[in-house]
Amino acid sequence: MPQPRPESLIEALERAEPLDHSFISDGAQRQSLGELLEAAQVLDGSGWAGRSVMIAVATQFDAARVLVSLDGKVQRLLLLPPDVNPEHYAAMIRDASIDTIICSDAAPFLALGVETLVLGEALPNILKGRNNQSGPTQWLMLTSGTTGEPKIAVHSLAALTGAIAPVDSARRPSWATFYDIRRYGGLQIFLRAMLSGGSLTLSRPDELVVDHWKRLAASGVSHVSGTPTHWRRALMSDVASLYRPRVIRLSGEIADQAILDGLKTAFPDSAIGHAYASTEAGVGFEVTDGLEGFPSSYLETAPGGVELRVLDGSLGIKSTRMASEYAGRPDLALVAEDGWVDTGDMIETRNGRCYFVGRRGGIINVGGLKVHPEEVESVINRHSAVRQSRVRARKSPVIGSIVVADLVLLPNAGDVDVVKQEIFGLCKASLAAHKIPAVLSVVPMIEVTAGGKVARAYA
Amino acid sequence: MSARLIVIAQIEQVAAEQNKKLRPLTDDLNLLDSGLDSLCFAILVARLEDKIGFDPFTVSDDVEFPVTLGDFIRAYEHAPTQA
Repeated sequence: MPQPRPESLIEALERAEPLDHSFISDGAQRQSLGELLEAAQVLDGSGWAGRSVMIAVATQFDAARVLVSLDGKVQRLLLLPPDVNPEHYAAMIRDASIDTIICSDAAPFLALGVETLVLGEALPNILKGRNNQSGPTQWLMLTSGTTGEPKIAVHSLAALTGAIAPVDSARRPSWATFYDIRRYGGLQIFLRAMLSGGSLTLSRPDELVVDHWKRLAASGVSHVSGTPTHWRRALMSDVASLYRPRVIRLSGEIADQAILDGLKTAFPDSAIGHAYASTEAGVGFEVTDGLEGFPSSYLETAPGGVELRVLDGSLGIKSTRMASEYAGRPDLALVAEDGWVDTGDMIETRNGRCYFVGRRGGIINVGGLKVHPEEVESVINRHSAVRQSRVRARKSPVIGSIVVADLVLLPNAGDVDVVKQEIFGLCKASLAAHKIPAVLSVVPMIEVTAGGKVARAYA
Repeated sequence: MSARLIVIAQIEQVAAEQNKKLRPLTDDLNLLDSGLDSLCFAILVARLEDKIGFDPFTVSDDVEFPVTLGDFIRAYEHAPTQA
């Protein structure tokens, strides 16, 4: 008989005991999961009951402490990622009905008219109660778009952990992620650690990839996850010569064949999979056959308790792991009336395989013909001298937009003009004329968002 | 290299890349008859902006798009006043 899902992180950790050998660490701070659990158990929840709390602390480590201590005690927890523009705080507090902010420095929050608490060694017991607490805590996550007012997806612990399989306590994984745990992709790894009772090694924003990787090696990490962009950076830093984890997972962006093959070459003995998940749609599915895209048979029967469809070219998902709504925005439907979430991730089906070709909003219009940047990037990335590429629109007085590409080349790429001609030839062989980049520019680096994805104008 | 030579060289390169057969490149050649389609012109204008440093067709709002090859080349021979 499978156990029912834990109703709180405290319950999850209690089930995972003993926790003496498991820890959470960011290199600067470290705590055993047993200590984390104990701090949560001693915190009197009565004063916290009914509160809607924004977790605005400076580090992932402190966010993890607060999550474990407050989940199950408060009405709502809103996780504030570190890269959010403070201009949006007021709208977020309004939409999520936040009445309490836990932070490391109160200054940015004082003018917001909300009770502000600075986190010290432990959370205080002294608060006066607001409302009666009923039912599990709602988990509020910012969606991954980076421009405009952020939207806040409402989740439950049950939905967030719905894809996490039980782990044999004798074979606990040791988890790590390039992501920040205050966004959906990273939170999944945090929750896997909490439910399995396994260790978690956090990333740090300004740390060099090589130094991060040395910490993973020292912690004996077995499972590492990140975006394809994170992994390209890791390969550029030759991390495989330092340490090889047992399991490698990619998500958050399209994993093209070039990055999957690159990882397979660098990590021949690791299990490499790419997963589909989004803040709104939750964890979708994982693909472990080493190929980009996913089998089109998933549209009939998908693994792991999820239903998939392609409607107007866009992937739809239905499962118990979806968010329920956007907080404070009844005008926006997160889940359509028919019960499906439209992901906006565009799919093309060829020879029994579904391929991600890009975002609906990211289409470049070349004289009325559509181009997905990611589709062109996946062709460019096949060239062995290319480490990363970004395809974008360039305004054209003649035709609306044309396609241009920025390239980051490997240090030993050779003659740049020869490489450009070869890339041009690859594109010509596989793409329609309007999709071939008109201009290829070699650049030192491509901008990456705080979420570890290639920065795109529409994101 | 003069703007004229750069323009002619780029026209020939784009035509070759896009598998277009060019008519002889004389100044009175009507651009619509040149053998290049609008995608070719879009690519050409973008590359010339990178090579020569400006796009004569977007510096000003009331610019007229050239009719002949001669017009097109002249647009690049005169640096913009508001660059």
